Amino acid sequence: MPVIQTPNGFNLDNGGRRIVVDPVTRIEGHMRCEVNVDDNNVIRNAVSTGTMWRGLEVILRGRDPRDAWAFVERICGVCTGCHALASVRAVENALDIRIPQNAHLIREIMAKVLQWHDHVVHFYHLHALDWVNPVNALKADPKATSALQQLVGPNHPMSSPGYFRDVQNRLKRFVESGQLGIFKNGYWDNPAYKLSPEADLMATTHYLEALDLQKEIVKIHTIFGGKNPHPNYMVGGVPCAINIDGDLAAGAPLNMERLNFVKQKIDEAYEFSKNVYLPDVIAIATFYKGWLYGGGLSATNVMDYGDYPKVNYDKSTDQLKGGVILNGNWNEVLPLDASDPEQIQEFVAHSWYKYPDEAKGLHPWDGVTDHNFVLGPNLVGTRTDIKQIDESAKYSWIKSPRWRGHAVEVGPLSRYILNYAQGNGYVTEQINSSLAAFNALAGTSLTPKQALPSTIGRTLARALEAHYCAEMMREDWYALIANIKNGDTATANVEKWDPATWPKEAKGYGLVAAPRGANGHWIQIKDGKIANYQCIVPTTWNGSPRDPSGNIGAFEASLLNTPMERPDEPVEILRTLHSFDPCLACSTHVMSEDGRELAKVTVR
Amino acid sequence: MSNVSILVLGIGNVLWADEGFGVRAVECLHQRYTFPDDVVVMDGGTQGVYLLPHVQSCQVLIILDAVDYGLAPGTLKLVTDDDVPSFMGAKKISLHQAGFQEVLATARLLGWEPQRILLVGVQPAVIEDYGGSLRPETAERIDDALAVVLAELDRLGVPVVERTSTPDELGPPALERGAYEQGRPNADVACRFGDERFLPGWEN
Repeated sequence: MPVIQTPNGFNLDNGGRRIVVDPVTRIEGHMRCEVNVDDNNVIRNAVSTGTMWRGLEVILRGRDPRDAWAFVERICGVCTGCHALASVRAVENALDIRIPQNAHLIREIMAKVLQWHDHVVHFYHLHALDWVNPVNALKADPKATSALQQLVGPNHPMSSPGYFRDVQNRLKRFVESGQLGIFKNGYWDNPAYKLSPEADLMATTHYLEALDLQKEIVKIHTIFGGKNPHPNYMVGGVPCAINIDGDLAAGAPLNMERLNFVKQKIDEAYEFSKNVYLPDVIAIATFYKGWLYGGGLSATNVMDYGDYPKVNYDKSTDQLKGGVILNGNWNEVLPLDASDPEQIQEFVAHSWYKYPDEAKGLHPWDGVTDHNFVLGPNLVGTRTDIKQIDESAKYSWIKSPRWRGHAVEVGPLSRYILNYAQGNGYVTEQINSSLAAFNALAGTSLTPKQALPSTIGRTLARALEAHYCAEMMREDWYALIANIKNGDTATANVEKWDPATWPKEAKGYGLVAAPRGANGHWIQIKDGKIANYQCIVPTTWNGSPRDPSGNIGAFEASLLNTPMERPDEPVEILRTLHSFDPCLACSTHVMSEDGRELAKVTVR
Repeated sequence: MSNVSILVLGIGNVLWADEGFGVRAVECLHQRYTFPDDVVVMDGGTQGVYLLPHVQSCQVLIILDAVDYGLAPGTLKLVTDDDVPSFMGAKKISLHQAGFQEVLATARLLGWEPQRILLVGVQPAVIEDYGGSLRPETAERIDDALAVVLAELDRLGVPVVERTSTPDELGPPALERGAYEQGRPNADVACRFGDERFLPGWEN
């Protein structure tokens, strides 16, 4: 088969050996990945399949729009808050409800806590094991580890040789007891792992610290959102009252003592992302300085809706600016309108659905389709036991959203490229200083344009964004206190709570800069009930199959041209796919039972 | 009276028919009884790592869940202590179980040493009914599951008192079983096995 050139500039060659990874592990949801490698074990074709689908929208029809957040919060266990937030925003947009300033600031803090928490947990809990070998950490010299800690993260107080020795012993006992737990599914002797034992011990130690800290930070959600572990949201504001001088009785309104507790937790988050998380990412990256693979679409096309407005409802004050960059032209950021039927469209040419005309895409308002599980003529295997998918036909339960026909990458890296390109001062300084630190340690002289569009760049952007969120939360907190002290204690606008005040028909959308990228919910309300509800979640953008023109999506693009150390051990594939923090729970639906924990890899 | 902290945790996805068994069971437990302060009754939903702090801070963990044991629908089966993790991921029927198995492993890594773990699991009848609720075979086992929980609490010396007044909801009112079941759109309006966008006959 000849090499195919895609319209978005990638060469695909499905000759050579085919490697199938199913399921891709350490992600939320179910996903399969197939690649072709050439004689040098370099990936020349990549096929990403969402192996399940899920229709949230259908169960919302006929429900009260004010309850939608509670349903979307149950989609999966990871993105609870960002779907709930998108949902209340969509309803408020449809009904033209403006929330009070306190509600805005509290929601901002909650969204940024979620962002920070999700990024930290993703890095240490799900992604670090693609770079860090915890088994190797047992060989480390605690003294040298302490020296390394003081070199890369001198402001972190927990850095003594004795501390690292204690952690190492704890790890040793854990491994010896046979409970390797989350470490059990690694390829620990693969040469793709490049850290020194000391760096492995440092990062593993911080993994434990991160787990201890994350549970403190989410207490902020309980304070503002009430119920734990599912915070409450509310159309029109936030479901908590403020009485700054009130007492501490259970269920009492927010008072100064609780707000001070929030501030203390924000500060702990700030210190950790600054002194531990970011230094770890930079230190780990220097061991992989020659491994600048995985950029894929991020080098050319990125998109985000923009979020964190300083002044609510004024997009020009977004602290993470949105827009679209095409063809790697960082000098031009194109405006994005989520309500324009010509801009965001979903295609199904390679998805297991049917459109009347599959050459065309449909805006989320207008989707009319039919599920259609058909397999291509080059399939190896059967419908229920697919050995090798045929990507020339339909091959995924994920649809292909496109912006004006272009495949785009979404996520923290996209946001950081968009904000660097638009001269966001904070982001620019973060990128420049972290790259300077990396270059100094690695002895390189990489520019942002060389370093960012890569797997490592994606992982770095997430760390930078976590810290930016901590920084913004501090400002939100001071703004909240100032607003309350000015005598404003309103937390909800209930003028339009009663459906009798609503128009007969209304439609709106809610957009959130979710941890994994641009998250959009579109709602139609009729006679006080939900007539239609649609979500396009970040992993739908990134994990999309090819569109009718043949443009490949971000997951597939990111894997191309990456050399593998051992084709039967997909360390490099997992590393790059994990850098997107894929979450398929809401983009897809459980299609087949799957009890396997270890990724099954087949080389054909 | 016991002085250990006890977490009674219902997990599962209420949106997937019998997958919601654990959550519905703790909902009933909460509606019918009151407990001392060291007993926490929680709707854990599909949460993973967010449950870690709650697991870590308890000494006795009682889990209610739908578990695919490969038995007849509605069969109630108890699993204890070190056997629990393997049942929470062996035959994975939903996303949350892999997540919860990891929560248990991670809590152990962080030094959690529970006195007792008890998994009260029911074999689901149907999970592929999106937006649906418990089937009769599983719904009628809620009382039995609660009896197991109460016996365990009794063994631990925990006083349990029947409620005389209506409590606050454990979760959002819209998801409470009665409201959830009554508010469900009928099958003509909303197809029950998938996203309506992807099905024929739907018009904007």
